[in-house]
Amino acid sequence: MNRREFLKRSMVVVAGMAVPAAALHLIDPKQLLAAKPELRWAFLVDAYKCVGCGFCVKACKLENEVPYEANVSRTWVERYVVKKDGEVLIDSPKAARDGFTTKKIEVGEGKFREVKDEEIEKAFFVPKLCNQCENPPCVQVCPVGATYATADGVVLVDRKWCIGCGYCIMGCPYGVRFFHPVHKTAEKCNFCYHRITKGMKSACVDACPFGARQIGNLRDPDDPVTKVIMTERVGILKEEYGTKPQVYYIGLSKEVR
Amino acid sequence: MLHGEAWTVKELFVYPNEYIYWTIQIVMYPFLTGLVAGAFVLSSLYHVFGVTKLKEIARFSLVFSFALLPCAPMPLLLHLQQPQRNLNVLMTPHFTSAIAAFGIVFLTYGMIVASELWFVYRGYFVTTARELRLKPNRTLSETFLMGLYSILVMGAWDVSHHALEQDERAVKILAAVGIPVACFLHGYAGFIFGSVKANALWMTPLMPVIFICSAVVSGIALCILTYVITMELRKLIIAWRWKENPSLPSPGELGGVETQVVTMTSRYLIMFLILAITLELLDLIFRGYTAVKSWDILRSVIYGKDFTSIFILQYGLGNLVPFILFLMPGLTVRRAVVGTVLVLFGVFMMRWNVVIGGQAFSASFAGFMHYHMPIWPHDMETFKEGLFGALMVGSIPFALFWLLSRIFPIFDLKEPH
Repeated sequence: MNRREFLKRSMVVVAGMAVPAAALHLIDPKQLLAAKPELRWAFLVDAYKCVGCGFCVKACKLENEVPYEANVSRTWVERYVVKKDGEVLIDSPKAARDGFTTKKIEVGEGKFREVKDEEIEKAFFVPKLCNQCENPPCVQVCPVGATYATADGVVLVDRKWCIGCGYCIMGCPYGVRFFHPVHKTAEKCNFCYHRITKGMKSACVDACPFGARQIGNLRDPDDPVTKVIMTERVGILKEEYGTKPQVYYIGLSKEVR
Repeated sequence: MLHGEAWTVKELFVYPNEYIYWTIQIVMYPFLTGLVAGAFVLSSLYHVFGVTKLKEIARFSLVFSFALLPCAPMPLLLHLQQPQRNLNVLMTPHFTSAIAAFGIVFLTYGMIVASELWFVYRGYFVTTARELRLKPNRTLSETFLMGLYSILVMGAWDVSHHALEQDERAVKILAAVGIPVACFLHGYAGFIFGSVKANALWMTPLMPVIFICSAVVSGIALCILTYVITMELRKLIIAWRWKENPSLPSPGELGGVETQVVTMTSRYLIMFLILAITLELLDLIFRGYTAVKSWDILRSVIYGKDFTSIFILQYGLGNLVPFILFLMPGLTVRRAVVGTVLVLFGVFMMRWNVVIGGQAFSASFAGFMHYHMPIWPHDMETFKEGLFGALMVGSIPFALFWLLSRIFPIFDLKEPH
């Protein structure tokens, strides 16, 4: 073999090795267990029923092993206080893990503000969680495909493959993503996928004493959640981003961010 | 400790999971990538467009671009939470992601620069290796260099006039191909930010173009600065050696910085600076004029929270002052040095204001976050994402440049023909 031939052949070998494994489509999550066309998970939040007790947040942290003291959470509850002069105050101290125990509203780390009862126009609570978007920006931006959407409509993170670049955190308009303090990988709510695939309800749904949180199957017309979504006036968050969220709200107010 | 908690201060309503996740290292990333691309574009001005007056700085900036190249992905690696998995990006690239192609674009560009460098220096390698081979009593370092050059030649020992001409042609082609690739490399660093629809400040199609223009500005500025500094250092070293051994050529004979090279190069710098500022201002005016939903919070960040770092440090000190310095008649080398330092600072501040400024407000549009850069590190994380991590990343290219200049001489290159 002369040098020219050698170079030629080695270039072929290098080019062959450069074909990424992803191009070969070895594993397609859609072909795995999740691919049931009759299943599409959706979440229904009734903001009228939420009292801000924070049981859902507590249950989620314990169920999904997000360190209890860490200032991040897969789900949280926001408190809105709309004043008569139009000012809106929002807070969610410790993600509302311990509920809202004081009337004072947190306005930054360690600082609180008091609002007199007579100044308040309305006040309410809004639970938040991952919207399991139909067009999820976090899946789009993940450079390694560690975040992926299953066919039944839940977005999952592969902790073994995530490189921890934080691009998905930046890409999410809802701010639901964070780095897991122990695993050092991207983390977020997955509707308790390990539970719902076994016929159970997600931890926050089970923990809610007022039925403000419900989970259901959009493809099943007899599902109580689906019935509400189909027949009542429900809202979604940040529609303008085109992410098509699958968490629906009853009693959504224009002040909700 | 949570990632981000050590340096983020929250104000008003911020979603519980929001922190400043992209810190100084992500500021360094587009800054260094920009320097690579800019230095390469400068060297191409001579090779492709035949601006012969830039001949000296062209070779210089090519070597510099090569030295900067391996440092560009370093900040990315340092900020990863799982850096040992970085190869996953090449193994399972997910092509809907703007970063997924980074490895591929980067390696392509690296190969172009490396091969161009090889063609530029091949003749020199051959002649030097041959000379050293004939030398009767070589020192250890000379033997090492001889071996290294013999390997680097890769069997192409032909230094006939024809062969060298072909080398030159190859350089020209590579430089021409390199320009779009360099622009792509950096434009797409801008795309990484510009395509994040969740971030109101980043979300603009102008981002890649703004990034390219400021990249060229910063690359040229750094080349001028380093050129002047190396020339001055060289003069000092020669003067010192000449005192020891008067038989060597005197510093006067060798000459120092060529004012003409500096003025000529700064003219190109000004050109790209105008382009960069125009686009940035266009972006700002456009946002204010269209005033979409996010404008309220953007305005309070741009004109309020970040006023000093945007208007005083970036536009004022980093753009306007050097602009005046360069355009005043009778440009001296000293003035050019001050100008380039300020330009570099301005481009750095632009990266800072994009990356940190983009995270200064919550996605709730109802609160703010402030990044307090860790100065004295107390653990690995605060080192990586703080001042010393950035300084480390920023100083490696210079060490590499020095090392490379031992192999690829930048000044005393004997013309093989």
